[in-house]
Amino acid sequence: MSNSLAADLIIPIIKIIIVGLFPLIMVMVMVWLERRVVAFIQLRLGPNRVGFQGILQPIVDAIKLFFKEDITHTGVDKVLFNISPVLVLFSSILAFCFIPLGGTMQIGTYNLNFWVAESPVGLLLIIGISSISVFGVIFGGWSSNSKYPLLGALRSVVQILSYEIPVAFSVLSIIFFSQSMNMIDIVNRQKDAGIWYGFMLPVSFVIFWISVVAETNRAPFDLPEAESELVAGFHTEYSGIKFAYFYMAEYAHMVLASSLAVVLFFGGWLPPFPNVAALSFLHVIPGFVWYLLKIMFFLYLFIWIRGTFPRYRFDELVRLAWKWLIPLSLLNILVIAFVRSFA
Amino acid sequence: MAFKEILLNMGPQHPSTHGVLRLKVALDNEVVMKVTPVLGYLHRGMEKLFENRTYQQITPLTDRFDYLAAISNNLGYLLAVEKLMGIEVPKRAQYIRVIFTELQRLASHLAWVGFFANDIGAMSVLLYGFIEREDILEIFEEYSGARLTVHAFRVGGVPTDINDKIIDMINTFILKLPKRIADIETLLTGNRIWKHRTIGVGVISPEDAISLGLTGPSLRSTGIKWDIRKDIPYSSYQDFQFEVPTSANGDLYDRYVLRLEEIKQSMRIIRQALDTLPQGETLTKVPRVLKIAPGEVFHSIEAPKGELGFYIKSNGTDKPERVKMKSPSFINMQSLETMCLGNLFADIVAVLGSLDIVLGEIDK
Repeated sequence: MSNSLAADLIIPIIKIIIVGLFPLIMVMVMVWLERRVVAFIQLRLGPNRVGFQGILQPIVDAIKLFFKEDITHTGVDKVLFNISPVLVLFSSILAFCFIPLGGTMQIGTYNLNFWVAESPVGLLLIIGISSISVFGVIFGGWSSNSKYPLLGALRSVVQILSYEIPVAFSVLSIIFFSQSMNMIDIVNRQKDAGIWYGFMLPVSFVIFWISVVAETNRAPFDLPEAESELVAGFHTEYSGIKFAYFYMAEYAHMVLASSLAVVLFFGGWLPPFPNVAALSFLHVIPGFVWYLLKIMFFLYLFIWIRGTFPRYRFDELVRLAWKWLIPLSLLNILVIAFVRSFA
Repeated sequence: MAFKEILLNMGPQHPSTHGVLRLKVALDNEVVMKVTPVLGYLHRGMEKLFENRTYQQITPLTDRFDYLAAISNNLGYLLAVEKLMGIEVPKRAQYIRVIFTELQRLASHLAWVGFFANDIGAMSVLLYGFIEREDILEIFEEYSGARLTVHAFRVGGVPTDINDKIIDMINTFILKLPKRIADIETLLTGNRIWKHRTIGVGVISPEDAISLGLTGPSLRSTGIKWDIRKDIPYSSYQDFQFEVPTSANGDLYDRYVLRLEEIKQSMRIIRQALDTLPQGETLTKVPRVLKIAPGEVFHSIEAPKGELGFYIKSNGTDKPERVKMKSPSFINMQSLETMCLGNLFADIVAVLGSLDIVLGEIDK
């Protein structure tokens, strides 16, 4: 009795708390890492005063934002204005419950899974849930009753809607091979195939990565919050903790995007060459560590891109999606479907 | 979907108006219909202030116009005063003036590349430009003790001669700059996004450019070869070999390429000036109380941002009766609307950046 209680209730609750906290912890790491890495790219030092190498800087920032005055100016639609930061952050954290953070670990007789929920349509759910954040952006921009946020929100809607399509198509090519939308199955199939899908389907991966960078509103596609044009885009009028919510949500989305890239294209928790006997010692390292290493690489890539590229203009961005990425992903799908059914 | 025209107020508190400029922008969806600059947020009444200062006291105040190219302002003002007095500056002083104004041009253009790239979203280039500019500021500091508002020249020449240490610093800097410029070019020139953002954007025709009084690199980007250093030489510029780069399209990309080319030409001039630096005096004797006989003068120089002219009217006392400044930023601002119309909202920022405006010079 007590054993099943632990297995059915207590462990899942602990897991939910940990998986809920995981993106937030990664957000803190990312805030620090981004500022440091961009600083090093720009021959600066970045924050290095609070704690070892400035590692406590995100915490200090968060405390500051907590105690800042929360300004709600006149003419604001209060309900939407208050709900949108929550919506944006919530959607990105919720999507994590379907992401496998590691493999299955055997502790005594209990099999500890490193994921909260397993669903046969997990991939679809993740894409769906993370898209809810666009509502937060629209509501936030619209309810602010101000022109810069409105323009930012308009841009954001067009951008996210345009780039959702290539993401869906590139993910579809994964499903052709894995024949499952279950995130755990997708990883296991990569183990069976002996090769990560990213190396098997490089075109899909490139399309996926470009689109995902665009969907997270990151440079060079950070138009909705283009600092030099729209001040801060859709969250211009937000302050204090509500602003912090948007800020955290952006990073949480980056972590989610990197996790998706890792799970779909780079074997999730699997070590490199999982089937090669000579490299079997790599299995000693827990899957969670592999997963973490891989997402750190992609998160670093986000920062690297930001430090290097200029920003797209709005019309160029839409043109890139509709004239290049969508036709290319369609062609890619056709070729893959053809190869898959005849080869 | 048809949008009503939105009137957007940009600035005076806006991250990319280069200070306290305010633009009233009318947008149809994201297409610019109208841009009206509103000036005066940094007005300090400098021209009026000059009427209550002696000629020598005015020189340090000119530093505060274009604070990114303080030495060019000094030179423009001093040449006008010297022309009014009818005195000749020693050859060595003229060469030293050329060296420092060209260094100032380098500093101004390097800062410009950074600000322009930052306006377009490439934030790292700003810091790369600033690292190089820092070396120039250190040279200024070694020479005059100040970094930004240098006050390097005096009426009649330069206050101190340059020593070997400064010459060494300049030589090392000139040697290392081409590599850094190459770095910036790797990041930007061939970049596809950069080209998308700059080619064919903010175009102005040569006719429009002339009728709007556009000067400096923005004018030369339309194909008109007009550089006062070459066409009406001052301060011994006729002694040096250098090209005046021009290009034909008059868009943002051309202005960017042109300024990088001007950086290379400036390095050429500095090298020549250092090699052929004549010996002799650096300061002519000028009376301490400088009284200039009644008369008026206009003299203009090629500042980094365009034609910088000073009109001075003297009345026989030690203070000018009127000083009027023709500042390149202010005049170039006129063509902003012509360049922006029909482009997208994001281009306003890029065009504004490409004009290389400094608010200290616009509002005076």
